[in-house]
Amino acid sequence: MAKLTPFFFLSFLIISSSLAFQSDEFGLEGAQQQTPTTRKRYSDPDSDSKVQFSLEHAFGDSDFSPAGTFSARLKSWSHGGKTLTKLRFSRNGFSDEEKDTFKNLLKGDDFYRIRLPSNVISPPGKEFVVASVRARCLPRDGLDEHFVIHMEGANVLAVSYGSLGACQYPRQFKLPAKWSFNSHTILKSSEQAPRTPIFTEEILGGENAEGEVEPPPERSFWAKYWMYLIPLGLVVMNAVTQATNMAEEQTGGQAGGSQVQQSARRR
Amino acid sequence: MAMALRLYLLLIVFVSSAIVSFSLYEDQVGLMDWHQRYIGKVKHAVFHTQKTGRKRVIVSTEENVVASLDLRHGEIFWRHVLGTKDAIDGVDIALGKCKESCLDVPNTVFAFTLMYHRSMLRAWNLPDGQMVWETSLHSAQHSKSLLSVPVNLKFDKDYSILVFGGGYLHAVSPIDGELLWKKDFTAEGFEVQRVLQPLESSIVYVLGFLHSSEAIVYQIDSKSGEVVAEKSKAFPGRFSGEISAVSNDKVVVLDSTRSILVTISFVDGEISFQKTLISSLVEDSGEAEILSPLLSNMLAVKVNKRTIFVRVGDQGKLEMVDSLSDETAMSDSLPVADDQVAFASVHHEGSKIHLTVKLVDDLDTVLLRESIQMDQHRGRVDRVFINNYIKTDRSNGFRALIVMEDHSLLLLQQGAIVWSREEGLASVTDVTTAELPVEKDGVSVAKVEHTLVDWLKGHILKLKGSLLLASPEDVVAIQEMRMKSSGRSKLTRDHNGFRKLFIALTRAGKLFALHTGDGRIVWSTLLNSPACARPSGISLYQWQVPHHHAMDENPSVLVVGRCGSDSSSPGVLSFVDVYTGKEISSSDIGHSVVQVMPLPLFTDSTEQRLHLIADTDGHVHLYPKTPEALGIFQREFQNVYWYNVEGDDGIIRGHGMKSSCAGETADEYCFTTRELWTVVFPSESEKIISTLTRKPNEVVHTQAKVSTDQDVLYKYVSRNLLFVATVSPKGAGEIGSVTPEESALVVYLIDTVTGRILHRLSHQGCQGPVHAVFSENWVVYHYFNLRAHKYEVTVVEIYDQSRAENKNVWKLVLGKHNLTAPISSYSRPEMFTKSQSYFFPQSVKTIAVTSTAKGITSKQLLIGTIGDQILALDKRFVDPRRTLNPSQAEKEEGIIPLTDSLPIIPQSYITHSLKVEGLRGIVTAPAKLESTTHVFAYGVDLFYTRLAPSKTYDSLTDDFSYALLLITIVALVAAIYITWALSEKKELSEKWR
Repeated sequence: MAKLTPFFFLSFLIISSSLAFQSDEFGLEGAQQQTPTTRKRYSDPDSDSKVQFSLEHAFGDSDFSPAGTFSARLKSWSHGGKTLTKLRFSRNGFSDEEKDTFKNLLKGDDFYRIRLPSNVISPPGKEFVVASVRARCLPRDGLDEHFVIHMEGANVLAVSYGSLGACQYPRQFKLPAKWSFNSHTILKSSEQAPRTPIFTEEILGGENAEGEVEPPPERSFWAKYWMYLIPLGLVVMNAVTQATNMAEEQTGGQAGGSQVQQSARRR
Repeated sequence: MAMALRLYLLLIVFVSSAIVSFSLYEDQVGLMDWHQRYIGKVKHAVFHTQKTGRKRVIVSTEENVVASLDLRHGEIFWRHVLGTKDAIDGVDIALGKCKESCLDVPNTVFAFTLMYHRSMLRAWNLPDGQMVWETSLHSAQHSKSLLSVPVNLKFDKDYSILVFGGGYLHAVSPIDGELLWKKDFTAEGFEVQRVLQPLESSIVYVLGFLHSSEAIVYQIDSKSGEVVAEKSKAFPGRFSGEISAVSNDKVVVLDSTRSILVTISFVDGEISFQKTLISSLVEDSGEAEILSPLLSNMLAVKVNKRTIFVRVGDQGKLEMVDSLSDETAMSDSLPVADDQVAFASVHHEGSKIHLTVKLVDDLDTVLLRESIQMDQHRGRVDRVFINNYIKTDRSNGFRALIVMEDHSLLLLQQGAIVWSREEGLASVTDVTTAELPVEKDGVSVAKVEHTLVDWLKGHILKLKGSLLLASPEDVVAIQEMRMKSSGRSKLTRDHNGFRKLFIALTRAGKLFALHTGDGRIVWSTLLNSPACARPSGISLYQWQVPHHHAMDENPSVLVVGRCGSDSSSPGVLSFVDVYTGKEISSSDIGHSVVQVMPLPLFTDSTEQRLHLIADTDGHVHLYPKTPEALGIFQREFQNVYWYNVEGDDGIIRGHGMKSSCAGETADEYCFTTRELWTVVFPSESEKIISTLTRKPNEVVHTQAKVSTDQDVLYKYVSRNLLFVATVSPKGAGEIGSVTPEESALVVYLIDTVTGRILHRLSHQGCQGPVHAVFSENWVVYHYFNLRAHKYEVTVVEIYDQSRAENKNVWKLVLGKHNLTAPISSYSRPEMFTKSQSYFFPQSVKTIAVTSTAKGITSKQLLIGTIGDQILALDKRFVDPRRTLNPSQAEKEEGIIPLTDSLPIIPQSYITHSLKVEGLRGIVTAPAKLESTTHVFAYGVDLFYTRLAPSKTYDSLTDDFSYALLLITIVALVAAIYITWALSEKKELSEKWR
């Protein structure tokens, strides 16, 4: 169980950094960085190393070209696992040429594609994880982008890429007001499934405890049996009125056959 | 004590009957369900006709079944379905009386079964199929084929059964299966080819090849297993593996060039080779192939599609004695009277087959020649097994058991088909449903139903039954009436949608239409293709389901097949009319088939469903190839996405449409695609073992789920979700092969349009195999927990948070909600998942879920258990909202208190006492009646039933007594009139007073 704890602590290691390509806007956006505070016990400074891997992008069906760099610290744990922390991202801005291609993408509602190496330690060679989005989803004020990088150790499983919020359908053609990227990145690793609880004993214990606590608040007699009491009351009332009526009829001398007999018997 | 026990049992009975279950009463069995037993394609057959009494044949099949069939009717006396890995290598019968030591095993079947890495020898008692003994023959190698030598048909202590397997020769006592001795032949490069034991001899000859170029013969004493002599001789050249033993001291081998037959004789001291060029036997030479039938002193060789018979002379000289045209099936030789040996051959001529039985020594003597009319849809004859019997006039009669290309099994005798079994149905690969024709005006329902008097009589009988007044005869009559209840098996659509067709595609490439009413085969058709003789079927799709033209157009199904077993071999499309079973058209599509994607919601004006077929080059092809379909497709061109799973590399790729591949080919229905996303699982830590999507035609009734505290949860209902399960590569093996620390199971939910991972959960210390079911917004999966040493079931439900604000009624009234806004996959999903795990006490073969017409009825999981039964488990048991102590409100809502394991209630086995042997899949289909769903399970057996997961709340049961209702109404009306008349009278008399 002790071995599992580090996974737990890192399971939602969120580092959201946003860096714009112009330094003044960098200030505006603010590089908010949330480093987990619970790490201190486990961090092992000597096993840290820095890694860098590049983001590449492609417009429609064009070839991929570099678009930014991720840098992070790679932690090696004593049990052999590796995790990335402190992810930073620096985005290259669009060149004029790229702006034009991107405008074309917007016109044609085409795909803007990005890719990352699937292994951050040995970036070239292996497979790439690709993600793409309709270009029209990106422009807001600037160009909003949101990366969710799913990690498994030092491997990138997948990257989700898209705008920060909703992307309305049908997508409207809209040019961004500012040609600057507003990037958000999240690093995600796998969540641990909770262990299936075994509670045979607890149930027994729980039942005992229940015996003390559980007895449901005793409801009043009326609350329990009102549905029977009301009709009963009605019947009784009915009978009473009838009886009184009968008495009147008797005195009046007008009665039905059966009542005659009854009265006869009573007489 | 006994009293207490009895009381306890009584209590159990009461308690179990109190649990609400969906079980049947005894007399309801067979009313809505049917069960068919099969054995599969026959590999070996041994006749047992020597004794008087029941004549039977013992068969072993490719579905790993050993069965005893009645030769008169073809019924199964007994059968044993072995595991999927326990292939049977041979069956034989040893007859004889037991003398002293054994008790009661006069007739025993020996079945030699080879399991995956250990071989087993089993003996069964012939009359009742009980296992007499079982011997495990441990073996070192497991890739080696197993040769078996059956006993020389004596059941005696002095004889032993010789089995060669896994590099060892074993001698096993037939009485108790005791291993008498074993001899190691596992020397490197040595391959045992034949084990021969001449009759009345105590010497066993083991012939093998060393490095395929040296023949070695060991002589072994059959009593002790000692090697008496060993001889070897090098062969100038190499042997191919094909060998035929023609007599006790000679074998004929084909050399590696496949042009020379080598006769090896080895009894008289020395081994001698004698080479014969095939071209010297027959003019047109080519690659030769030795056919399998065992004929004495003769062998059959296939050269250039011709079958030639070669006689082996005493000196090893070969001469050709006969040649036959192609498509001839032959049996092994069979000793008939007076030391003569006969064999049978079957060949086709038009719609007839000709069965010929000839003597091996004298091919001109024809013992039997028969012609039998044969159904075209059975294909060619694949195998023949013959058996002789003595006719009343003391001449020889023959019966032949033939296996056809569609795997069916037929018994021919006296020029007629005595019985046939559709064994193709034991290997169903894909199933779809189809509607029956609408009732046309010509047939009136009233005519088919009984007359009014009969109808009333029936109901009065039923009334008696329900009032417990019926005599035993009446009960029988009622049961009979129920069984053949009106129009249960009619070939027209009914109001409730209970009558349907299940279209099943079998491994042999044959389509069967089964009626849900009684399970009979309505039609069957063997697929043909212009390109190749017999395409193998891959999958089955609903091609055309007419609604608007239901009266005048027939629905059809699309069968996708391919020529050859390789995935790059060209595909074949075949369209089959569902009503008649006729193949409307069949086309060779000229490209390979990797993936077939029915496009949801897209149908053309004739209601043909549009399909995309992806090939190995990454292109997709649109079907049907009509301009109209192209128009429809191009309208939605931008919104078509597809994905493929590369299981070996651990990569899932998503694709979007790019353009027409007009640049490369002139085909305007071909499109190129581009890669939009990839998910790469690291090969060192994860391996894909299971992927699953929702059923495309599933209906979800409501998007919202209202919980007890008046809160609304919105289901995340997306058709583009893919469930993926991966395990660590180490944990991909069998359960228990790894330690909990080494194995982890990770499950994912991936959006297939954008490649986003919506949910990712890892189970440490867990292992596959994963069986999962995906419906609406939930996935239930079953796996093994190594830490707890138990199977577990986990449920994951996904809810949409972006719609969570739409709770305010006023917002809904004023239209300020986003419920009608189109949903785009490119929006960032705001969703959350709930999940819960439970232990499950059984191993599972497959899981399915019930589906109903409108999706209102609550769902049941249908779990195919390891015992080949189907368990119906209410979805409420796998609900992540279960808590240990549900509040009163939650209880009222139907939330069950949380337990750590899922209950198995014996009454909820929908297969009741039956077993669907070799269960492989469960298919559900909605009936028109909302409460009811069709369930069809297939394996070696077939099983069908109708289920009502929430009981039939929308219809009266079949038992409902209309007569009682009528009588009550009549009586009431009569009572009203009588009392009215009485009161009138009284009033009148009162007035007169």
